[in-house]
Amino acid sequence: MDHLQLLTWARGPGLDLSLGVLVLGVIWRLIEIYGLGRKQDLSAPRDVAGASGWNTIIRRSVPPPGMFKTSPVSYMGGYIFHIGLAIVVFLFAPHIKLVQGVLGLAWPGLPSQMVDFVTVVTMAAMIVVLFDRINKPVKRYLSTFGDWFTWALTFIPLLSGWMAVHHLLVPYTLMLAIHILSVELLLICLPFTKLFHAFTVFGSRWYNGAINGHKGVPV
Amino acid sequence: MSASLEKGVRVLKEMIDAPIASYFNSCVHCGICAEACLFYTETGNPKYTPIHKLEPMRRLYEQEYTFLGRLAKMVGLSKPVTDAELGEWQELVYNSCTLCGRCSAVCPVGNDIAYMVRKMREGMSASGHSPDGLKGAVTRTVNIGSPMGIKLPAVKAQMKHVEADYGMTIPLDMEGAEYLVMLSSMEIINFPEYLGAIAKIMRQAGKTWTLCSEAFEATNAGMQIGNSDLARVIVKRIVDGAEKLKVKTVISPECGHAYTALRWEGANLVGKPFSFKVQHIVEVLEEFRLAGLLKTEGMETDRLTFHDPCQLARRGGVIEPQRNLLKMVAKDFHEMPDAGFMNWCCGGGGGASAIEEGEELRLEAFKRKKSQLDAVKPKRLVTACANCRIVMEEGLEHYQMNLPIVGLTEMIAEHIPDPVDSK
Ligand code: SF4
Ligand code: SF4
Repeated sequence: MDHLQLLTWARGPGLDLSLGVLVLGVIWRLIEIYGLGRKQDLSAPRDVAGASGWNTIIRRSVPPPGMFKTSPVSYMGGYIFHIGLAIVVFLFAPHIKLVQGVLGLAWPGLPSQMVDFVTVVTMAAMIVVLFDRINKPVKRYLSTFGDWFTWALTFIPLLSGWMAVHHLLVPYTLMLAIHILSVELLLICLPFTKLFHAFTVFGSRWYNGAINGHKGVPV
Repeated sequence: MSASLEKGVRVLKEMIDAPIASYFNSCVHCGICAEACLFYTETGNPKYTPIHKLEPMRRLYEQEYTFLGRLAKMVGLSKPVTDAELGEWQELVYNSCTLCGRCSAVCPVGNDIAYMVRKMREGMSASGHSPDGLKGAVTRTVNIGSPMGIKLPAVKAQMKHVEADYGMTIPLDMEGAEYLVMLSSMEIINFPEYLGAIAKIMRQAGKTWTLCSEAFEATNAGMQIGNSDLARVIVKRIVDGAEKLKVKTVISPECGHAYTALRWEGANLVGKPFSFKVQHIVEVLEEFRLAGLLKTEGMETDRLTFHDPCQLARRGGVIEPQRNLLKMVAKDFHEMPDAGFMNWCCGGGGGASAIEEGEELRLEAFKRKKSQLDAVKPKRLVTACANCRIVMEEGLEHYQMNLPIVGLTEMIAEHIPDPVDSK
C-alpha cells in the first residue's frame, strides 16, 4: 500500500468505519448510562429562579467565586484548549468541506493563517496542562492510563494536521493520511474512554442542577 | 441482618443510578474538587480529593454497568472490590467527608460528589465498614430515641426549667397546634436556651405550637451512616407524630443535617410526600419577620459574624433569611470570606463529629474556619446549627481562640420584649 492508497483508504472505508463506531458507540453508551434512570424526588420542591438543570449547564462553564485562583492552569488551559479545539475542528475550511461532503451542511470558516495560529496555541495549552498533570500532586495522584492515553489521542490529530499543512517531516500525502487515521482512532475511542465526557458533561451538569434546583439551590 | 462484603456490594450496586453513572463518566481528573474540600486544602494529602473517595464505587460501576467493564472483569483485567479495600476507604467516606457539598458546587463537569458519597455510605454501612461512633448513635436513636441516649424525662425536665425561668407553659402533645417543634439532643443537653427562645418567639407571634412526646429528636444518624432502613424508622416517628397531632408545619431545629433528613430525604425515605410542611427554624423566623410577627428591640453592639451551616445554605437553599434576621439585631456585622453559598464547613457535619478517631483530622481541617475567622476578627460568632456550634467550640478551644458562639434563634429571642401584661 503506498501513501496515496493509504490516504484513499482513510478517506473512504476508514472514515465510514470510524463514523459508524462513533455513532453506534455514542448511542449505546448514552443508553447504558442514562437508561439507569433515577428515583423521583418526593420532597416538596422549593422554586427559585435560576435553580435548574439548564441553568447549571451554562453556569458551570465559569469558575465559581474564588475557584479560579486555586487552579489557574486548569481553568485557563482548559478554556484555551477546548475553545481552540472547537475552532480548529469546525472552522478550518478543509474540515467544513469534508462535513459538506458527508452531510451537505456548510458554514463559513476562518482564514487558514488564523486557524494555524489557533492550532499552535491549542497545542501549547495542551502541553501546559500535561505538565500540570505531571506536576500537581492531586492531578498526578488521580491520573490513570486513560488520562495520558486520551491526551495523546487528542494531541496527535492536532500535531499531524498542523505538520501536514506545513509539509513537515514526511511527504504531505502520508502526513495527511496519518492525520485522518489519528482522527479516526479518536472517533472510535471517544465513546469508550474519558473523551466521552464531551457528551456526559451536559447530563452531569443537568442532574446536579436539577437535583439541587429541586431544593432551590442554584448550583 | 449482618453486614458483609457481599451485602455491601449488592447495596452499592443498587445505589448506582443515572446521575452517578453520568458523573463517573464525566470526571476528567482535573483535581479542582480537591481545592474545594477542607480535608484536602488543610492537609495537602491528595487522598482526600473528593472524587477519589468514590473509587471503589467507580470500579464497581464500571464492572457491573458498562460493556467494556464487564468484558474486562470477565477476562480478569479489573480488580474486584475487596473487603480490605472498603475497610481502607472508611476513613475517606466518613471521617474526611462531611457531605458539605463544596466539591459539588465547583466540579467543572458538574459532578455532585456529595450526592455520591451519601449513596456510597449505604454500601459502606451494609458491608460493615462504618465508624463505631456513628453505629452507636444510630443504635441509640433507634432503640432509645436519640443519638445521645436522651429520653422523654430529660426533655420534660428541660421543659420544667424553661417554664420556671420564662413563666410560660411548654405545650406537649397538643393536638391541632400549627407548629410541631423538633429538637436535637445537643440542644436538650448543651443549649437549653433554644427551647425558651422558641417559647418567646411563638408567644410574640401568637402561634400555637407543641412538642411531641413520641418524636422530639430531629437528628437522623441513620441518614448520616448511610442506612436508609434505619433512617426511615427514625423519620417515620416524626411523620407519625406530626400526623397524629395534625400539625401544619414541622420545625427543624438549629441543626443542618436534621434539616436535610427531614426536609429533603424524609419523604423519599417513607416513600410518600408529607402531608405537612417542613421548615428550618430560620425559615420560620423569616416568615414571622415578613408578616410583622417578629419584633425586636435593642441591638447587639459587638463585632459579629455568621457561620452558614452547609446543609442549611449550600445544600438547603437558605441563605438570605439568616442575614435579614441578623440585620434586625446586629449593629456591627461582618461577613467572613466565602460566606453564604461557598462557606467552609465546620469540619464535623454529616456525622463526622460523632467519629472519635476522626478528631485529629477534624482539628486539622478546622484551620480553614480559623483563617476565615482571622480575616474578620469577630467578638462573637453566630450560627444556626448546634452541631456546627459544638464542633467549632472544640476547634476554637484547641487553637486557644476565645470566641463565644451563639445560636441565631436564641440571639433573636433575647431581643424580643416581654409582653406588657406578663407577670
Ligand atoms: S472536579 Fe470534577 S472532573 Fe475534576 S477531578 Fe473532581 S470530580 Fe473529576
Ligand atoms: S462534600 Fe465537602 S467534605 Fe465531602 S468531599 Fe466534598 S468538599 Fe470534601
